[in-house]
Amino acid sequence: MITVELPNALCSYTEQNPSLVLDEPCETVGDALAALGRRSPGALDRIMDERGDVRRHVNLFVNGENVRFLNGLSTAVPNGATIFVLAAVSGG
Amino acid sequence: MAKATLRKTSKPARKTSRTGVRGASRSQVPASRVPLPASRVPEALLLVGTMKGAFVLRSDKSRKKWKVEGPHFRGEAVYALLHDTRGDRPRTFAATNSMHWGPTLRTSNDNGVTWNEGGPQTVRFPADSGRALAQIWQIAPGRATEPNVFYCGVEPAALFESRDGGESWQPNQGLLNHEHQPKWQPGGGGLCLHTIVLDPDNPRRMLIAMSTGGVYRSDDGGKSWRARNAGVRAQFMPEEQRYPEFGQCVHKVVHHPSRPGRLFLQNHWGLYRSDDWGDNWKDIANGVPSDFGFAMQMHPHDPDTVYIVPIEADVFRATPEAKLRVYRTRDAGASWQPLTKGLPQSGAYENVLRDALTADSFDSAGIYFGTRSGKLYGSRDEGASWTEIADALPPIVCVKTGTARPA
Repeated sequence: MITVELPNALCSYTEQNPSLVLDEPCETVGDALAALGRRSPGALDRIMDERGDVRRHVNLFVNGENVRFLNGLSTAVPNGATIFVLAAVSGG
Repeated sequence: MAKATLRKTSKPARKTSRTGVRGASRSQVPASRVPLPASRVPEALLLVGTMKGAFVLRSDKSRKKWKVEGPHFRGEAVYALLHDTRGDRPRTFAATNSMHWGPTLRTSNDNGVTWNEGGPQTVRFPADSGRALAQIWQIAPGRATEPNVFYCGVEPAALFESRDGGESWQPNQGLLNHEHQPKWQPGGGGLCLHTIVLDPDNPRRMLIAMSTGGVYRSDDGGKSWRARNAGVRAQFMPEEQRYPEFGQCVHKVVHHPSRPGRLFLQNHWGLYRSDDWGDNWKDIANGVPSDFGFAMQMHPHDPDTVYIVPIEADVFRATPEAKLRVYRTRDAGASWQPLTKGLPQSGAYENVLRDALTADSFDSAGIYFGTRSGKLYGSRDEGASWTEIADALPPIVCVKTGTARPA
């Protein structure tokens, strides 16, 4: 079981639910995002572009670690882990 | 913040109606233009896209006072808007782009009061294209006879078409796989396809423009595309290469449906007209302080009248002499005259971007534009005088008009 915590900006894609629990088996961050996309294709489109790249100003944390500095989408997600989806530092 | 009313009062609009037939007077106005009952008089809509959201402004037919709503899509850039009334219900589109969460297309079925949220991204490149949508730069209606057809021009440069009222979109394969495509280069705003012109008479002909790449035309319903840039210069190329087949940085092309073969073009340096659907272009920068600029707008009723906002230079993108001037030609580019009444004529270092100048369709045409500094101006008398509608919006990148039945 994996929990995905979404920012307010994406809650319109999940019927205002900021926390999604994924019951299907997920070994990696990529697996978990794919499962998220099956639940909410719109939310996944906001996190990743159609090439499957995580958007430049989106950060994903697994148990407190930014996956950019781990193995990206191949980063392992142990059972019970929480993935936080956060807006990165940017703006104007 | 935005003003709910105009600060100044324009002179009354010209009493003579312009109907597309030059010289037509109100006595010649067809029966379809007799006054409607008050409950059926359409309200005027102004859709304003900014770097931090969209604003919807509403007024009655007089267009003296505007009610400002918004911002919708707070914090997201809105580079393209469209209000379409061809079908049995109005449809309003907004192309939004979050710095964090990317671009998407949103729609409204109630004239911009509420917007859909939460759906998947419908304008998307095929997985095998290796491309990803960066921004939607233009949303254009199809022909009047095809109310469910819409087009999107996007970055990286591509054209998408919907035939189901905007529910689903398909890329135009002829452009997607064009042999020139690897050589198209992004301009300052990105590699954007920003202009879509349909031939109202020939359903197989359409024209697009991109920056940079130039003008392309299809005569076979979008299957194949030919560059149509003869006579348009590319100032940024070595001198002996300044008139290439393609690669020009075209900023906007406009046309009038009553003269579809005639096109006007605002280039990255250069002001042009074509009378043969883009086969040839001739310079019409006659009497403008600079032929650099972005915005260009056709008069809604007069195929000889076009509006532009000259900008000093590519390296100094501000109104020349710090004067905010709209220039208008009423003779198809033979001459241009400045329109300044009500606009600041000192200390105005403004820029008006390619989709931030527009016109409404009322008899006495309203002309509107927004600046990068967030000022919104309007004219109810075809540009003769201007009033400031709002003075502190976020940077304005898009202004479009529409009409709607009052709620």
